[in-house]
Amino acid sequence: MTTAVKPRIATVSLAGCFGCHMSLLDIDERLLDLVEIVDFDRSPIDDIKTFTHRCAIGLVEGGCANDENVHVLEEFRENCDILVSIGECARTGGIPALRNSIPLAECLDEAYRSGPTVYNPTGTLPTDEELPLLLNRVVPCHEVVRIDYHVMGCPPSAETLWQVLTALLSNEKVQLPYELIKYD
Amino acid sequence: MSDPIVTICEHYHRDRSRLMDIVREVQARQGQVSPEAEAVIARELGCKPVEVQSTVSFYAFLSERPVGHIPIRLCNDVVDRMAGAAEVARAFERELGIPMGSVTGDGLFGLHWTPCIGMSDQAPAALIGDLPVTRLRPEDVPELVEILRLSKDPHAIPREVGDGNNAHPLVRSMVHNNIRRSGPVCLSPWPRGEAVHRAAAMDPREILETIGTSGLRGRGGAAFPTGMKWRFAAQAPGARKTVICNADEGEPGTFKDRVLLTEQAGMVVEGMIIAARAIGADEGILYLRGEYEYLRAFLESVLQEYRADGLLGSSIAGLGGFDFDIRIQMGAGAYVCGEETALISSCEGRRGDPRNKPPFPAQKGYLDRPTIVNNVETFCCATRIVLGGAEWFRSLGTESSPGTKLLSVSGDCERPGVYEFEFGTPLSSVLRAVQADDAQALLVGGPSGQFVQEAGFGRTIAFDDLGTAGAVVVFDHSRDLLEIVEQYMEFFCEESCGYCTPCRFGNEVILQIVHRLRTGWGKPEDLDLLRELGQVMRKASRCGLGQTSANPVLSTMDQFPHIYESQIARPRGFDLAAATSQAEALAGHPSRHLEKEGDHA
Repeated sequence: MTTAVKPRIATVSLAGCFGCHMSLLDIDERLLDLVEIVDFDRSPIDDIKTFTHRCAIGLVEGGCANDENVHVLEEFRENCDILVSIGECARTGGIPALRNSIPLAECLDEAYRSGPTVYNPTGTLPTDEELPLLLNRVVPCHEVVRIDYHVMGCPPSAETLWQVLTALLSNEKVQLPYELIKYD
Repeated sequence: MSDPIVTICEHYHRDRSRLMDIVREVQARQGQVSPEAEAVIARELGCKPVEVQSTVSFYAFLSERPVGHIPIRLCNDVVDRMAGAAEVARAFERELGIPMGSVTGDGLFGLHWTPCIGMSDQAPAALIGDLPVTRLRPEDVPELVEILRLSKDPHAIPREVGDGNNAHPLVRSMVHNNIRRSGPVCLSPWPRGEAVHRAAAMDPREILETIGTSGLRGRGGAAFPTGMKWRFAAQAPGARKTVICNADEGEPGTFKDRVLLTEQAGMVVEGMIIAARAIGADEGILYLRGEYEYLRAFLESVLQEYRADGLLGSSIAGLGGFDFDIRIQMGAGAYVCGEETALISSCEGRRGDPRNKPPFPAQKGYLDRPTIVNNVETFCCATRIVLGGAEWFRSLGTESSPGTKLLSVSGDCERPGVYEFEFGTPLSSVLRAVQADDAQALLVGGPSGQFVQEAGFGRTIAFDDLGTAGAVVVFDHSRDLLEIVEQYMEFFCEESCGYCTPCRFGNEVILQIVHRLRTGWGKPEDLDLLRELGQVMRKASRCGLGQTSANPVLSTMDQFPHIYESQIARPRGFDLAAATSQAEALAGHPSRHLEKEGDHA
């Protein structure tokens, strides 16, 4: 067992679809190489729910759609040296941000009262204090905290994520070949 | 529907170069220039519909969609905002039941923002139809709207007419001249017509010589030696030449040309006639900004008087072959048209796109003819120089800046208005005259000029110190300068013609960065980026707009560095309470993360 302290990585999916995390899993057997050189801290990959140590890198999937997302993102900023927005939802709000042109009250009305498949005779909206409150508009991560790097793609391919991670860990410049950032 | 449009086109002899007049008339009559109307105009003029559309879409006062039978255009210039334009806007929104930027359901009213309309000394102001309404107060709005609703006519607004020619039957506006200080050149009586007679008796070369030795330099901001400009045009080959008076004063905070055109219009006209004699021009154009439409009928009558007196038209002052007449070309709300090549494009019925120089207008200007474009005040000076002589003119002002300068002063001072000072006057004297004793900053020359801080109040109005087209805006210590910079950058973003990238993009990026700084998101490297962007725009923009539009930022970074540095030092934070306001109202409780957020702060 090695005594050297390995850098730690945290990951989270905020208002995302976990697609970026699936893409991270797509690095396949290189996952084994990765855990040789890093430890995962707070992340769905190991199911650790709270930060145990300060982390070198935080990967954030998804933008902020509710107060819980904002809170978690601020925790990530506090606990990570480098914070990276992964994928279009983190960078721009993405698909969840499509609701931004519709007032929140109308969105909730459609979802909980007037939608064609809704059965809600009392017409109540969710009000439990344990439930996150939706933000007036979905915002990309960099509108909430400082973000150091942005990785585009929906999702970024496994190869892209691998290149980014290894470059950050070895303190080298990220060189993404054209094929990895061409999307049409 | 097509008939009245055809009639309008016929009135202008189906002349493509008169497109501005044609679309303005269609706009006035129908409240819009619909795509159908554009097609008819294009057919009549023998041009492509897209050419008409391109012109219509360029100008703020022209629109393909209806802007309301009575468009209400509130001025959102910085000075108007300082005087409470936002409250006035809210009162109109409440009274009309529509938000800014929209038209009432019955199509009667449109409510729009517009940049500086040249009434900064009587802000907040608006144009209702063509009529300027000044010193608006929110409490006046309900009655105003009621009257308009019943009469459907802006001219039914009861108003005490202003002083001087503002009370002229052809003007009858509530605008006040606010002439606070008259000088010997522009704002004092002159013997009407005498300068024209003298010019007719002089050899053109003699006029060029007189203007040249007087040391007169352009009063519109660029300070080009007038005599040299006229000489270039006189020497340029061409059977027909043109004299254009630039009365498109759009620089926020400038309104001295408004006063000259109201009180000294004859002096302006005579200056143009003198220029025509000097360069051998047969055609003159007075390019009047759309915002000053209310002066148009009056100015037409002034021209008519000169024609009746034989001082305009053919054989001026009885001199055979001295033929020159002036027409008024109305603008339609475009700041960039104050730039001379853009102004020429506009006179030709095109978008107000600036052109590449060279060729300079003096060689190839209006309709490719040798053309001089001078500011209203410059022509006034020319008239006075012919009357008083070059030596007398040189005895005023300083060695490098002879003569006087009109300043239009507004903002935080007791006596806003127009002042004629000799060049070389220090800002401190100006401040004393306008009674501003709490000035934090002066904006000299409008946003494309520069901000000056207290330590610089000893500097002088002169071409080799603080050059200006005339605007001086006073900001007292209660003003947030960075907010003011942001508002000026919004103005430039709106007014950039969009042709060249440094200006189209640069202004937007600067605005973004300034906004970022103001909301607590600034980064230390932003300051370097601002400086670099400003330099690139200064060097690489196509016309004066982009070359100077970074000035509000560059000059405040230079004069007031702390307003930037304090923003960067500010802790940043996300306003969770504001971001969850709607959900909080729906759920009936605030975010449970709010207290914890508070702990961080």
